[in-house]
Amino acid sequence: MPNGVAAHADEHGHVHVHHPAHQHHFQTMQQQQEASALGMWLFLVTEIMFFGGLLVAYMLYRVWYPEAWSEGSEELSIVLGGTNTLVLIGSSLTMAFAVRAGQTGRAPKVIVGWLGITMALGLTFLVIKFFEYKEKFALGHVPGRNFHAEGPHAAQLQIFYSLYFALTGLHALHMIIGFGLLSVIAWMAWKGRFSEEWYTPLEMSGLYWHFVDIVWIFLFPLLYLVDRAHQLS
Amino acid sequence: MFRKYLFSTDHKVIGLQYALTSLVFLLLGFILILLIRWQLAYPGAPVPVVGPWLGEANAPGGVILPEFYNQLAAMHGTIMVFLGVVPLAVGAFGNYVTPLQLGAPDMAFPRLNMASYWVYFTGGVIMLASFFVPGGAANSGWTSYPPLADIATSGQTWWLAGILLLSISSLLGSVNMITTIVQLRAPGLTWFRLPFFVWSQLVTAFLLLLAFPALQAAALLQGMDRLAGTSFFLPSGLVVSGRALSVAGGGSALLWQHLFWFLAHPEVYVLILPAMGIVAEVIANNTRKSLWGYRLMVYSIFVLGFLSFAVWAHHMFLTGMGTAVSAFFQATTLIISIPSVVVLSALVLSLYGGSIRFTVPMLFALAFLPMFGLGGLSGLPLGLAPSDIALHDTLYVVGHFHYLVAPGTIFALFAGIYYWYPKITGRMMNSTLGAIHFAGSLVCMNLIFMPMFIQGLGGVNRRLWDGGQQYAHAQELARLNIPMSHASWALALFQLFFIVNLFGSLKFGRRATTNPWHATTLEWTATDSPPLAHGNFATPPRVYRDAYEYSVPGAAADFTPQNEQAGS
Repeated sequence: MPNGVAAHADEHGHVHVHHPAHQHHFQTMQQQQEASALGMWLFLVTEIMFFGGLLVAYMLYRVWYPEAWSEGSEELSIVLGGTNTLVLIGSSLTMAFAVRAGQTGRAPKVIVGWLGITMALGLTFLVIKFFEYKEKFALGHVPGRNFHAEGPHAAQLQIFYSLYFALTGLHALHMIIGFGLLSVIAWMAWKGRFSEEWYTPLEMSGLYWHFVDIVWIFLFPLLYLVDRAHQLS
Repeated sequence: MFRKYLFSTDHKVIGLQYALTSLVFLLLGFILILLIRWQLAYPGAPVPVVGPWLGEANAPGGVILPEFYNQLAAMHGTIMVFLGVVPLAVGAFGNYVTPLQLGAPDMAFPRLNMASYWVYFTGGVIMLASFFVPGGAANSGWTSYPPLADIATSGQTWWLAGILLLSISSLLGSVNMITTIVQLRAPGLTWFRLPFFVWSQLVTAFLLLLAFPALQAAALLQGMDRLAGTSFFLPSGLVVSGRALSVAGGGSALLWQHLFWFLAHPEVYVLILPAMGIVAEVIANNTRKSLWGYRLMVYSIFVLGFLSFAVWAHHMFLTGMGTAVSAFFQATTLIISIPSVVVLSALVLSLYGGSIRFTVPMLFALAFLPMFGLGGLSGLPLGLAPSDIALHDTLYVVGHFHYLVAPGTIFALFAGIYYWYPKITGRMMNSTLGAIHFAGSLVCMNLIFMPMFIQGLGGVNRRLWDGGQQYAHAQELARLNIPMSHASWALALFQLFFIVNLFGSLKFGRRATTNPWHATTLEWTATDSPPLAHGNFATPPRVYRDAYEYSVPGAAADFTPQNEQAGS
């Protein structure tokens, strides 16, 4: 019974008629949806605080080592980083379309279509990121025993790259988790689980996806665009 | 079977899982300190009875090695805070009692709740397993300060993994708690009709939610330092055992302290707020009158929660962060004592004019008040940079925070166990055994912690393997360690009364009525004891009045349940 109602007897022998996704401890579907949204936002607050903790480290070392920061930033490719920024902003748009399609009760293939494009864009991001990482490995810019850099700021440069890998690595991990999440959601959408009445998982995944995008919107200028104004002139 | 007891999504079962696990960890953390107390009283003497079991690597011939001592000290703190008190206060009491007091059938996210417990459990297992890796468990203190922790034995990596899991568990729990309190209050249960315990859980959840991620970030960076060869917390020019350390350097050890205390100071309030909540419930019930200044108390804990994010660097006055920064944190630290004093005063004033019943939970709650007061007052000299410079890292500090958490928080948790036991099991705990447990614990704890103030004021440092006997100024004061240690073993014996009572009452305890304490809040008045396994309430309760309507003039009884309709 997709989108329909489910009827079953509970432990007390009462027969319930309700939406299949409605959990018993919520009085209404709306209350359940509001609880999910609140929970998701609270989770995102913890994520903000988490990345916030890492950005505190970023702030400290950027103030301490401005030269290393501008040197390290010059090594990063604005073209690749910028492309990835556009790719992610695009994926946020298609994600919003997917949620909208669920909200307005469009056919499963519409929702799955938008989710598919979103996932493809997410994958594009990860592939580009992979080639960026590969280059860092080739240049010996990966922190640790084999780190290699020239110049007076070599040790400090290592801290820049440590933060680069910590921040972008965690972001990429979030992207991979998001990719897995959207796969499940797409499968649920394909099975026709979502309707105007109930599309909570779709909406919550959307919130998560947008959050991960926003993290990147912060990371791109913080890592790629340090002290690069002179390159414009 | 598995779904009912092991992988249940019911908040009551999960609450009990949390309770039993955290009680086991509390006992374990306590046993670790008993070993330490032996070493402090009789440095270098072989530990009796258990000595041979400690392993040749840790205690050859039963004599505790300094390296092992450090493990014991670090893991005592870690286990007590992260695996004992917080899971008991928040995971167990929060989980079991809050939905019942709200009139809710369950927590908002039952599966998340189950995940939270199992992540906690895994974190605990990792912490325990770390005792058996080469080099033993973490040994850089529960605060894990780098650079020491960065270059410590592999037990530290296990500690970091354990802490990551424990913080994930707490975050899942707090998301769930806040959502439950906001969304699942029974009809008529408006915000200012909430029992104070629920308020305390709400503020606690916010603290966990905002503070723990900072530690996660810090643990991640420390993990990278240890495993990936980064130098986030390793400054240049480190020399270890006479040799220069081959790391890139350039990092800041102080950064860890900031990130750590950004978590760990609010964590202190995570330890104390649920305790205040429990004490408030017990006091209102046993004085047979409503709390004095209920709203004031609620506002105060919000101020407390808010300010707790602006005091963390008072742990760091000696790091050379400068007078301007110290002055700021000194001011906020003194300001935060105001709401704490307001809550404590309100609880004391609540006693005034009450017809007090000296039940076992009430004994613990009453003792909480002066003990917590002592702990708080002794904290003021630590909040002021000039006096902290003298007292920092002495046993005075140890005495101070143990007054807050041992006869403070842990007494409140005992009060909670004795108070809600009939709710959970349908039987009363034995009050004679309870009274012995109470009196013995109170006396012994004071005998242990009071001399620490004296030792600390005399300048004896904490974390010394020999209790300070190598220092001339500490030798006289180190003798106090002998009676202190004997008191700690006596304290252990008195806990036997509790353990026997806890399990014995399951079978031999007097059968409890549904509402044995004649309480007003929903967990007692709207469902059986123990509550219905599925959904808590046969009929969803409705709330008509405030939380503590005791001794209302003209009422039929000296308590009017929250779900009793006016005129019925």
